[in-house]
Amino acid sequence: MSAILGLEDVSYAYRGSHPGQLAVEGVSLDVVPGQNLGLVGESGSGKTTLLRMLLGLLRPTSGRVIFDGAPLDLRDRGQVRHFRRSVQTVFQDPYSSLDPRQRVGRIVGEPVRSLRIASGRAAEKMVAEALESVGLSAAVVSHYPHEFSGGQRQRIAIARAIVSRPRVLLADEPVSALDVITRSQVITLLAELGSRRDLTVLMVSHDLGVVGALCERTVVLKAGRIVEEGPTPQVFGDPSEPYTRQLLSAVPRLPQV
Amino acid sequence: MNLLEVASLEVTSPDGVARVKDVSFTVAPGERIGLIGESGSGKSLTAFAIIGLLPSGVTAAGSIVLDGTQVVGAPEKHLVPLRGRVCAFIFQEPLTALDPLMKLGRQLAEPIARHQGLRGAELRRAVLEALEEVRLSDPERMAESRSYEISGGQRQRVAIAMALACRPQLLIADEPTTALDVTVQSEVLTLLDRLVADRGMALIFVSHDLAVVSRMTDHAIVMRAGEAVERGSIAQLLAAPKHPYTAAFAESARRIEADFAAAIDQGRDG
Amino acid sequence: MSTIDDREALAQVDLLEPPSLNARARRRRSLVLVAGLLLVGTIVLVALVSLAWLPYEPSDTSGSRLEAPSLAHLLGTDRLGRDLLTQIMVGARIALVVGLGAVAVGAAIGVPVGLAAAFAGGWVDDAMSAAMDILIAFPLLLLAMLIVAVTGASLLTVTVAIGISVSAVVARLTRVVAKRVLAQQYITAARTSGTGSLGIVWQHVLPNIWPTISVNLGLLFGIAVLAEASLSYLGLGAPPPNSSWGRLLQEAQSTVMTAPLGAIAPGVFLVILVIGVNLLVDGLRDVSDPTLARAR
Repeated sequence: MSAILGLEDVSYAYRGSHPGQLAVEGVSLDVVPGQNLGLVGESGSGKTTLLRMLLGLLRPTSGRVIFDGAPLDLRDRGQVRHFRRSVQTVFQDPYSSLDPRQRVGRIVGEPVRSLRIASGRAAEKMVAEALESVGLSAAVVSHYPHEFSGGQRQRIAIARAIVSRPRVLLADEPVSALDVITRSQVITLLAELGSRRDLTVLMVSHDLGVVGALCERTVVLKAGRIVEEGPTPQVFGDPSEPYTRQLLSAVPRLPQV
Repeated sequence: MNLLEVASLEVTSPDGVARVKDVSFTVAPGERIGLIGESGSGKSLTAFAIIGLLPSGVTAAGSIVLDGTQVVGAPEKHLVPLRGRVCAFIFQEPLTALDPLMKLGRQLAEPIARHQGLRGAELRRAVLEALEEVRLSDPERMAESRSYEISGGQRQRVAIAMALACRPQLLIADEPTTALDVTVQSEVLTLLDRLVADRGMALIFVSHDLAVVSRMTDHAIVMRAGEAVERGSIAQLLAAPKHPYTAAFAESARRIEADFAAAIDQGRDG
Repeated sequence: MSTIDDREALAQVDLLEPPSLNARARRRRSLVLVAGLLLVGTIVLVALVSLAWLPYEPSDTSGSRLEAPSLAHLLGTDRLGRDLLTQIMVGARIALVVGLGAVAVGAAIGVPVGLAAAFAGGWVDDAMSAAMDILIAFPLLLLAMLIVAVTGASLLTVTVAIGISVSAVVARLTRVVAKRVLAQQYITAARTSGTGSLGIVWQHVLPNIWPTISVNLGLLFGIAVLAEASLSYLGLGAPPPNSSWGRLLQEAQSTVMTAPLGAIAPGVFLVILVIGVNLLVDGLRDVSDPTLARAR
């Protein structure tokens, strides 16, 4: 199966940084349909920069972002629109990723409007269906974000991300800001959506436990480079890199009972 | 005699809602206890109440006796001698606990000077020793730095050094590693564990992460919506929870851990 | 092991927290709004009525000079024999027109400039901010006077001049608040939803900067009214016969000891209008902000 989205030898240097000081260096990866991918990295690993490039918000300093086999050209509006329909995002902070002055219906419907997928009643139907997919009643459309808990807001954000029926969902630490019980629920939701809606998830996280729960493949980032990659069981159970081993042993474990 | 006795603690926010309801527990010298709960459970407010640091508008009722002194309703001048000397606090976000304008050496010198009465070269040496004790490499450079110039893990170590400077009997740590990377978290927890053990301090460890709490304490109180719903050894809370919330909480933590462990096992065997 | 009870416990954890309204805050909000509406409403009413009916012609000097209040002249007369009440009523019109007009001009210039600077970032932003700061450094009245000196004094030029003078303040505030909004994740989310920059400004930035900007504009309304009154007081406002409250104050200056009402009346009306607008803007902002319905 060919990759929907990928990075080809991508590097990024922030403006004003010293020459040779790259936030991301020589990264290549593929998002293959049906194989959730976990991007693991601590602060300073370059995962945020990578994500922004994958989202088309940042142009690589060198290398290319590949979408459906073709290089992503941010100036090509047609391609960008097609790209945005297929690749959507869930952000980390459920408190700042929803516009506090808009009602939920408008928030979830934004991709439908902006990408000109549908309008009027058809759009409303898509919004209702997306909300129901995430376990929220369609009646929430007339409420404001501040009326909901963190977990519910994250569901709303997920509903917004899936309303355009994308093929890839990029999730940036989607559960880090959530409580433990909610975290478990949202992970289940993401897994279900993956199988039900033919959706592949690329998740950026520092939390190995969450990556292990959701992703078939894992890539480990350190200082802007990929240090290890492979099927998740292999990376977790038989890592070749000392850094990966260090990461794994640092994960707090529940006592055996 | 117990170091800390909390009885029927109630904490109310400015809008009149009780955020902590009828919470009671005791901490003996050298004893460790965890406060587990999600956001809104009241665990942090309980911690703040013990040391008399509730935000303005938030009031406490009931009884908190810390080393023989009643904290609830006590005027500041009764509480100041307790802070640092009897009970120290470590915050979640070290950036807010440290003054960004002051060099770290100076910030650390202040409580040390106050407690040990040192000055000049002796004080300087004590500061450097304190920084070494929290395993900070290059303590001289650290003392000359400011809080925003160093990493999160280093900041938290400095915060720990400051908290321990007055040799408190009780340490309250409120989600001290939540904002840190996982490898750094592991190191800071190890450090904290060792220091608390070496000095025979009592510890109240507040967190939403059951696995992290289990690294630091054997016993915990589970809080939910302001109430202490269950308490016991962590093993017991995991294996035989009595309250449905504890069960749900433990189940969620276990489920994620199980997936993680399964991936590891699969990789090892495969 | 999860049982049915556990699932219910799980569901309860995720409950919708009811918005808890602080009763005292709610009462205060509506009080402020009502007070503002009353005060401003009074002035607006006076202005509207003056369009349809005035006790006398504004230029009518038939009354005896500096009369005390009587049934014929409810507020007395000024030193030219004109009915003071008539002057005040016409003055209300002028105050409102200049105030609103100046704020409109200030916003029309300031908000787009501020938004442009916020979006542009980099050296363009720096250059624009420097320009704004230079303009702000000019005393407001001085700037307005300079413009009026060049263009000649009329109600229109005074309004526009004051508007231009306050636009830099509007621009700077817009820039700061817009930048704060642009840093939020929901803006990034809008971009990845395919919304273009114009759409982001219209749907997300403007509604979120409005609460702060509106309060600022309300304050500027008061400043504009006072600026116009000051200009008229100095004789630099719209030429006579205009009944700007400022001009009335100036004309009453010489006789303030013998006929104080001539100065007190316009002064009181100025105060009512300015305070009323500030209260109104505060009250409106509280009412329109959905997040304020929930006490923290």
